[in-house]
Amino acid sequence: MTTLAILGALARTFAMISLIAIGGVNAVVPAMRHEVVDLLHWMSDATFMQLYAITQITPGPNVVIVSLIGWQMGGMAGLLVATLSMLLPACLLAFVVGRLMSRVAGSKGFKLAQDALVPVAIGLIIAGGLDLAQAAHRGWLTVVISAASMVSILKFGANPIWTLLTSAAVALAAHYSGLVSLA
Amino acid sequence: MSPETAAPSVAPSRVIGLAELFRGFATIGLLGFGGVAAVSRHVIVEQYRWLSEKEYATVLGVGQVLPGANTVNAAVIIGDRFQGPKGSLVGVLGLMVLPILIVMALAALYNRFADIPAVNVALTAAGASAAGMVIGTGLKMLSRIRPGIAGWIIVLLAVGIIVGLHWPLVRVVLLLVPVALALTAWLGRK
Repeated sequence: MTTLAILGALARTFAMISLIAIGGVNAVVPAMRHEVVDLLHWMSDATFMQLYAITQITPGPNVVIVSLIGWQMGGMAGLLVATLSMLLPACLLAFVVGRLMSRVAGSKGFKLAQDALVPVAIGLIIAGGLDLAQAAHRGWLTVVISAASMVSILKFGANPIWTLLTSAAVALAAHYSGLVSLA
Repeated sequence: MSPETAAPSVAPSRVIGLAELFRGFATIGLLGFGGVAAVSRHVIVEQYRWLSEKEYATVLGVGQVLPGANTVNAAVIIGDRFQGPKGSLVGVLGLMVLPILIVMALAALYNRFADIPAVNVALTAAGASAAGMVIGTGLKMLSRIRPGIAGWIIVLLAVGIIVGLHWPLVRVVLLLVPVALALTAWLGRK
């Protein structure tokens, strides 16, 4: 494939995935793998999983998986094309819906939609957290860390960064004192 | 009335400029580790007080129902609200620029640090901690918003379907939104 053909394919693939990513980017990671590994044969399963693992330890929105695939395929140009193709369609839609939202704010229909959507949002967050906790489970210490971190937010309103650093420090101390094995 | 139940059209009285939007969303991008939900609520509702609890939950709910990354959608809507299209652009840039630079650096270094046990231990702990914080964030929003009967049913349905049945999120959202609207219209906010 020529560079231009790759950039075109990146744009097409991620613009399409952008618009089916309902519920967030994690929901379409399997679809992304299917496109990139099975259909386009751009990389092996192992390479895709390695890129995914890297984005899991990267802070910020998990949409960076797209930037990384773009970078892998087409350097800086690939990164920009892939990221913009993934962001633009969904962002334009969000922009339009946001405008509509502020126009109808305060109306009866808006109140109804709000009262219905807010619990959906909260339910998806809690369920997402439970899923993440299951994925992060490596024995009792990880359960204690998850529970303590939950309480730190819920009861103390702690800044997330301190909770994160404390958790890492406790795990390192527990691991290197021989209390548990997390490696 | 608590501030959480204030009308959604009430904007903070102070001016929220482009620099503040950039700083806020850059913080979310930089510290949002393993699920940005906890940090984004902390920054938007508690640190900068851009939105009330309920406004934030609404913007997030809309962001979840629309395609695309939830936090990116929220950045578009919140940025536009305070600074128009420029605000949207600055919000998304703030959110994305640092994480993209970091992911490039990590990809370049990956083979060197992937096998260091201490790195793995710290990352495992950070993952477990982030997961707990996401759950805590959801529960905190729940306790502040105090949903009615319909709201509780919807929350339990969402958690039950995702955790119990492992449905893909697209299907969950497509089923849940109409059900939530119908339940809310039927039961009201009792």
